[in-house]
Amino acid sequence: MKPFLALLLRDIRLAFRTGGGGLLGVAFFLAAVLMTPLGIGPGGMVLEKIAGGTLWVAALLACLLSLDRLFQADLEDGSLDQIALAPLPLEGVVIAKAFAHWLTTGVPLILAAPVLGLMLHLPSPAYGALIAALAIGTPALSLVGAVGAALTVGVRRGGLLLSVLVLPLYVPTLIFGARAVDQAGLGLPAGPSLLFLGAVTLLALAVAPFAAAAALRVNLR
Amino acid sequence: MVFRGAAFSADAGTASLLRGPNGSGKSSLIRVLAGLLPPARGDATLTLGGRRLSLREDPETWRESVALAGHLDAVKPSLTVRENVDWWARLHGAAPGAAQDALERLRLAPLAEDPAQYCSAGQKRRLGLARLLVAGRALWLLDEPTVSLDAASVALFADVVRDHLRAGGVVLAATHVDLGLGEVAMVDMAAFGAAPPPGSGDSAPASAPARAAARTAAFGASADDDPFLGGDWR
Repeated sequence: MKPFLALLLRDIRLAFRTGGGGLLGVAFFLAAVLMTPLGIGPGGMVLEKIAGGTLWVAALLACLLSLDRLFQADLEDGSLDQIALAPLPLEGVVIAKAFAHWLTTGVPLILAAPVLGLMLHLPSPAYGALIAALAIGTPALSLVGAVGAALTVGVRRGGLLLSVLVLPLYVPTLIFGARAVDQAGLGLPAGPSLLFLGAVTLLALAVAPFAAAAALRVNLR
Repeated sequence: MVFRGAAFSADAGTASLLRGPNGSGKSSLIRVLAGLLPPARGDATLTLGGRRLSLREDPETWRESVALAGHLDAVKPSLTVRENVDWWARLHGAAPGAAQDALERLRLAPLAEDPAQYCSAGQKRRLGLARLLVAGRALWLLDEPTVSLDAASVALFADVVRDHLRAGGVVLAATHVDLGLGEVAMVDMAAFGAAPPPGSGDSAPASAPARAAARTAAFGASADDDPFLGGDWR
């Protein structure tokens, strides 16, 4: 547990230091969502309808933005070699780094989302579902993203390749996440969608660490 | 194929220097022995406190038993010198105070609170080498450890290595320069060309907990078995 915490705390600390880009994701999230009413116009009915989907798409993109450096920075300066020699299995390394990514990217998104919901005329019954859906769904974004980051760790400017690899895998989270918000906005129960969202996250938690660790082992050669 | 038939052994408390021209596979052999690069053939064994480890059978435990100082220092420029050493110490579960001892031993204590990005190349290298001290591993694998170090720092590092040897550790260093260790065994990579693997000798196991004997035998790397070792892989 000690090496796990050491890695987690280091990644969080690095994210908020120079060049770490800790709050970059949430800044992008704010910018991307604020563009939407500017582009579509303030007509209430349209925005109200697309608010949930817009917030989710922006959250996915904001998450992707910081993923490409998840393992690459450590590979380039030799840290990944040292982390591989540490008394922590690579699967644990992946969980620690994905968790740190979620804490520095996913959690700020969850906190910012209700404010942005206001800008998009999100119906008031949907706020609870929005926060719940983001809280349940965003860990999957970090975990699945870690697999993509591990696969592209050795690729120069791999961010684009990473997006192409990872975005299709984000589809279930996007569908159930946006659906939960929509349902709640219409006064329907969001529970079933949230349960599916949780299932996707649990599946990601079960599979992603092993997949990402296998990809890292190949890339460490 | 980079090399094949690499076979040598080292006893507890000894250092071996890996010699050979550029591209002869020194760094590859170091990475193989660190458990990061799977060998196409062959195995390495390490006897640690009476327990015999095999690189091939249990690579996880193997990786947790060696310390590596490679070309890259693994220094995070945005952390301070102390934070860098502290994080390695915590990662390796070192005793409290180990980080401070390592900083003082490698004369980094005056820089401890400065961000590592302000360190010179030599200071960064010493910071990278400080990790060896907090890792607390018996087998040290060093790849050109003294690059960009001045004469005083080379002598300082030789002292650190001698202390490690005195405590029963094993050191394998790939280097072109004299590390100032005095009498050390030489391992010549040129001997491991395309020659058939020689017969395996016997290692000298050690029994005290801190003592270690490392022996590597019959490393073979052929392009047929492993595409990653083909070509002029370094």
